[in-house]
Amino acid sequence: MSTSMTMAKALNEGLRKSMESDPKVVIMGEDVGKLGGVFRITDGLQKDFGEDRVIDTPLAESAIIGTAVGLAIRGYRPVCEIQFDGFVFPGFDQIVSQVAKFHNRSAGLVRMPITIRIPSGGGIGAVEHHSESVETYFAHTAGLKVVACANPSDAYWMIQEAIADDDPVIFIEPKRLYHAAKDEIEDAPTPIYQARVVRPGQHVTLAGYGPTMSTLLESAKAAAEDGIEAEVIDLRSVSPLDIPTVLESVRRTGRLIVVHEAPQSFGVGAEIAARVTEQAFYSLEAPVLRVTGYDTVYPPSRLEHEWLPNLDRVLDAIDKIMEY
Amino acid sequence: MTERVHAVHPEPDMVQLLTPEGQRVERPDYPLDITDDEIAKLYRDLVLVRRLDTEAIALQRQGELGLWASLLGQEAAQIGAGHALRPQDMAFPSYREHGVAWCRGVDPLQLLGLFRGTNLGGFSPYEHNFTNYTIVIGAQALHATGYAMGVVRDGAMGTGDPERDTAVLTFFGDGATSQGDVNEAFVWAAAGNLPVVFFIQNNQFAISAAVSTQSRVPLYQRASGFGFPGVRVDGNDVLACLAVTRKALDDARNAQGPTLIEAFTYRMNPHTTNDDTRRYRLGSEVETWKLKDPIARVRAYLTREARLDLDFFDDVEQEAKKLAEHVRSGCRALPDPTPESVFDNVHVTMPDELEGQRAEFVDFVSEVAS
Repeated sequence: MSTSMTMAKALNEGLRKSMESDPKVVIMGEDVGKLGGVFRITDGLQKDFGEDRVIDTPLAESAIIGTAVGLAIRGYRPVCEIQFDGFVFPGFDQIVSQVAKFHNRSAGLVRMPITIRIPSGGGIGAVEHHSESVETYFAHTAGLKVVACANPSDAYWMIQEAIADDDPVIFIEPKRLYHAAKDEIEDAPTPIYQARVVRPGQHVTLAGYGPTMSTLLESAKAAAEDGIEAEVIDLRSVSPLDIPTVLESVRRTGRLIVVHEAPQSFGVGAEIAARVTEQAFYSLEAPVLRVTGYDTVYPPSRLEHEWLPNLDRVLDAIDKIMEY
Repeated sequence: MTERVHAVHPEPDMVQLLTPEGQRVERPDYPLDITDDEIAKLYRDLVLVRRLDTEAIALQRQGELGLWASLLGQEAAQIGAGHALRPQDMAFPSYREHGVAWCRGVDPLQLLGLFRGTNLGGFSPYEHNFTNYTIVIGAQALHATGYAMGVVRDGAMGTGDPERDTAVLTFFGDGATSQGDVNEAFVWAAAGNLPVVFFIQNNQFAISAAVSTQSRVPLYQRASGFGFPGVRVDGNDVLACLAVTRKALDDARNAQGPTLIEAFTYRMNPHTTNDDTRRYRLGSEVETWKLKDPIARVRAYLTREARLDLDFFDDVEQEAKKLAEHVRSGCRALPDPTPESVFDNVHVTMPDELEGQRAEFVDFVSEVAS
């Protein structure tokens, strides 16, 4: 396929492909049918696949997830849309106690091939509960997989792979990139749980996922002007983490900065720092640094650009790590 | 501080087809065409699941089970409802539905693993159309509702084919009616006209909390606000529970939508073997409910009215003894899981990182053992 499209369109096309290839795929969520979702990710799908397969649900997140569990037991492959990151919490119990554990509870005899799409992250000037990064809650739960797309091609392929996976997948969509620049859809996917080096470099490794990837690429470009070649890794999957790809890079660069919007403490950065320290201690020229959201509530939108990991904060971290 | 409002009536219009004294009552709205032989089968099941319960409590006392949630007093609700199910129907229990499990053909030993600590559920819901016990209160009401959505999408409702049309039956207690999940399930089932029946066993207590803590109105009356029928049935009357559940399941299969059934009963034993009822209820109340025993009334009826084999009651007693022995020896023989099995079935496809943890754990355990 040689087509250029936005991430929103790519997700829409990916969902369409999944629905065409498997009649058991159903989409469910608030406003996903007639409206096509508040972000229009499911635009036109109800018209083409009918109200039984693209389901406008009552306004109840726990029930969106809980009924998806029942549909999965019946042999369906539900794709749930949570309207905004901060609204996943009413469904938290069903995700953590049921979606994540049912396969195990049934001795592996019931599968939970449920994909939970969560428009995530900040930077859109929204009100409270509309800009959060929730991935760490789910990455800490056995039985779930957590992935984040960062560009249209990954959005197109990863959503299809997540839906086809027989395990439940939390699918993080960086909402501020939905309608950003168009990009080419690659002919074939990179396997969903693999990280990818998106820019080679030899002085420092920058690792991120989802909404921060554009900031990382921008930062690498700026650093190159000062003669620092940063290698940029798109982790793509938060859980499982593709640590071998990170280790391979760090063994060459000796320096690692992990970037995410989610708060710093007990986050993905902390986990990666621990694993890199355990497995590549003698390759490290400097401590692993983190550029993340702070351990505060998500700020009012007038403050979010300072609060979020931005170009200046990443470049500052690069300066610090190069001084070791 | 305001005085607590006690607006829950003890026994308003309640469907009863067999009095505590064993007298049949006819209800034109719930006709029950049943032979004495069939009633005898119900009696047998009531006795057997009570014996299973007795044995499980004994096994807990002996340290063979970590915990047991007793069904004593609730046998009729469970056997009545369980007998109303057809093979293709699906049941979603909480964790006390040993009687329903029995009706679905689940070997009691399959239930014991959870309480012994040898597994977390451990059997296939598809084998008997009975899902694994769900401990988070009320969560299964949504699973049942979602399953019913699947039934509708499969065209297995309202076709008129008795082998095909499928209903879903989910069980929870009076305490669960306060849960958001249960209320969300009511909303969805009503709005979607789904073939699901909600079966409350109102055993009067959520651990220590009386029903008045949960509700100002009788629980079955809640249904009307959601837009579907609610009915209160004598939960200690196996015939009434069978008739009411059968009608509700038939309605569901015939695309008439959900029903809420409140089986009005009493938890004769503590909440679990870890509970102490003396802190929250009077012994005299328990004595009152003993007079409404679900088994005694069926026995009284059969003794008086039915022409059964002379040995019938003895045969059932023998069978109960055999079941008890099966439960006792089978429980002790349940194999402990291997340490590495904790890594099984976390995912369908195990991630590499978890493979690594598994290998480390297996090495560590074998080193410690050697």
